[in-house]
Amino acid sequence: MTTLPTGRSFDPAAFIDTFRSYGHNGALGTRFVQHGPDWVELALDYDEKLIGNTETGVLASGPIFSLMDMATSLAIWVRTDIFRPQATLDMRVDYLRPATPGRTVFGRGECYRVARRIAFVRGQAHDGDPNDPVAHVAGTFMFLDGE
Amino acid sequence: MSLPPYADFLGLKLIMDAEGPLLLMPNSDAVLGRPGFLHGGAISGLLEIAGIAALQASLGDGSTRVKPINVTVDFMRGGRLVDTYARGRVTRVGQRIANVAIEAWQDDPARPIAAARMNMSLDRAG
Repeated sequence: MTTLPTGRSFDPAAFIDTFRSYGHNGALGTRFVQHGPDWVELALDYDEKLIGNTETGVLASGPIFSLMDMATSLAIWVRTDIFRPQATLDMRVDYLRPATPGRTVFGRGECYRVARRIAFVRGQAHDGDPNDPVAHVAGTFMFLDGE
Repeated sequence: MSLPPYADFLGLKLIMDAEGPLLLMPNSDAVLGRPGFLHGGAISGLLEIAGIAALQASLGDGSTRVKPINVTVDFMRGGRLVDTYARGRVTRVGQRIANVAIEAWQDDPARPIAAARMNMSLDRAG
């Protein structure tokens, strides 16, 4: 696990921890895995209550959307090193292949550009092999503090 | 038409009316995001389920499997902690691909809180 450089004020691991028993992310059971200067990786363990297709046992696409929304959102705060209220403006998710039933899905979100009002993000999700992703996302967030 | 376990996780209710399937997502802890607002991921989940339901209803029989290829969601307003509705509109059904547009709203259908477009792949039996 990557440790935070000194002077950093936003801690994504602590942030996720506070949401473990609360709200949508708590209900999904999203876990913090690791982060870098402009990216955050989260994990979503397989859970039968998140199945989208009962015949195949494949996870619904919605939980993967939520995982990537959260990972990319945290990536912005990690990159800017400050917590600012923000909201998703838009998000596109390509579902490259079904996640394999039983496997944990890992989602890595990256913030590659922060403008005055908007932050630009992208990311990928995989279920064990980063070179064989299950989803790819691109999106934008808007800052709500009216700077 | 039956909804998958994930729809139960979100607490969704399926309402069939004259215009087809309408999905209701009551407020609950499982759909809460930042304090005071719905989670964008839960709204997206509602939009996707409404999109799939609209497509399945338009296909009629249950012999065609539908699989999302991608989804693009625009968030227009913060979702308040009240009932949220969503309905999909099938814009085109081809032999292998279908396009669906979905909107979610709370009090007023004319003031959507989010909208999505989905491209779905069709696996026709036989």
